[in-house]
Amino acid sequence: MIDNGETNRDGAKRHFGAVMTAPGVQEWFVREVLPLEAALVQYLQHNWRNRADVEDILQDVYVKVCEAAARERPQQTKSFVFTTARNTLIDRVRKEQVVPIEAVADLDALNMAADEPGPERTTLARDELRRVQAALDRLPPRRRQAVYLRQVEGLSRREIATRMGIGEETVKEYLAEGLFDLAELLFSEPADMRRRT
Amino acid sequence: MSEARDIKRRAAQFVIARRTSEEWAQADQQNLDAWLAERAEHAIAFWRMDAAWESTNRLAVLRPNRAETAPRTSLMPRTAKAVAALAAIGLIAFAAQNAFTPKQKIYASAVGDRKILTLSDGSRIELNTDTVLRVAQSDNGRKVWLDKGEAYFDIKHDAAHPFVVEIGKHRVTDLGTKFVIRETGERVDVSLLEGRARIDAPDAEDKTHSAILTPGDVAVATNNSLSVRKTPTRRIENDLAWRTGLLVFNNTTLGEAADAFNRYNRRKLVIENPQTAGLTIDGTFHTNNVMAFVDVAQHVLKLNVKTGNDEIVIAP
Repeated sequence: MIDNGETNRDGAKRHFGAVMTAPGVQEWFVREVLPLEAALVQYLQHNWRNRADVEDILQDVYVKVCEAAARERPQQTKSFVFTTARNTLIDRVRKEQVVPIEAVADLDALNMAADEPGPERTTLARDELRRVQAALDRLPPRRRQAVYLRQVEGLSRREIATRMGIGEETVKEYLAEGLFDLAELLFSEPADMRRRT
Repeated sequence: MSEARDIKRRAAQFVIARRTSEEWAQADQQNLDAWLAERAEHAIAFWRMDAAWESTNRLAVLRPNRAETAPRTSLMPRTAKAVAALAAIGLIAFAAQNAFTPKQKIYASAVGDRKILTLSDGSRIELNTDTVLRVAQSDNGRKVWLDKGEAYFDIKHDAAHPFVVEIGKHRVTDLGTKFVIRETGERVDVSLLEGRARIDAPDAEDKTHSAILTPGDVAVATNNSLSVRKTPTRRIENDLAWRTGLLVFNNTTLGEAADAFNRYNRRKLVIENPQTAGLTIDGTFHTNNVMAFVDVAQHVLKLNVKTGNDEIVIAP
């Protein structure tokens, strides 16, 4: 366990699997790709018949995009991400032979605006605190309470368990489910849906 | 059931386990590492969930009793005090439209967490554990206040708009640099890694003392003193290992190591005997993995460990 810094530093980086070890990919993904998720989901839903597939397709797109970025960071993240999405759909059509090719015919109509939002806008949206609060308000009550006690009141899992009158394992479940919901609300939902609440 | 959804669920469980565990053992980390290394899908889902959790950290500014962690009042002029009090209870985020309130954004990291901000000019600020930082929304955003904790700054140089950090009544002006500032309540440490910066520290009579810092300089400013010493930049880099979630100890005493861990964890390490606290160790640890450190104390240094709910006592 006592070891020199270099070895352990590499060890820490090795967390993220073979393709994911390239420096900065995680940060790039969070800063530049995640903010596109809502638009990307809309695009996939619009261009793929079976909505149940969209989550899996999105996952494929993310893997391709990150693997590419590990080799070389793309110049224009947005157009790169949407081109990758388009190619992923085309590949799927070819492979599955289920959806007729017309389903992806209007892909080119997609507006690939080159004006990417600056980093300030993507990571630090002006109303981020309010956005997170709004998302929190939409969670089912028990999950919301668990996340609130942890992140607002700063309680430990044991204290939350006592406060809610449940076991610590259940607290963990509520927190994990709450986090799952929050990620969907924060990243996947179109912005106008968020604003409605 | 979508495969991607299962992976996201699992990722959420891992993020919660890692971010909210009081005890995160070596075995837990290995388990997580193995899952992450298994497939790129796992790592990406984990990043996504971790980012979502991190964005909820800012909810901490809504904490009802937040005022007690406000910047120490003695250091601040009256108006700044009022602003800080507002900031502390999270009002500014909502009161920003008020013409009398300077437009600022507040960023806060919880104990054990880190946060990275990218400003519109490309400058980066990384918040370490338990830190509160405000960013001006005017002045081209090139003015920030470090109210509490520690932050690493990688500032894009702009001769026309110098970047200013205020820490209580102390001020650091960058001349295009990478530096780290830590506010401990008693003193302000500024370590400079690259470029140049100026520090201004007023003394008790309000006479300002200034120093220009060059790489390797560590400035320490208190209420009435300012000193600058040279340190190998290698050492400053070790002190910055928190940026990757690590603590690097190099001929570090157990007492110092315990203090370092205690900044990141709710359960505190207590070293009972001064002689024990004076033992030195080398090693690298995850900031949230106190138990790995306790293992070393127990099995390598052969010390006694008593593990309680709120503290871990290490005795000879």
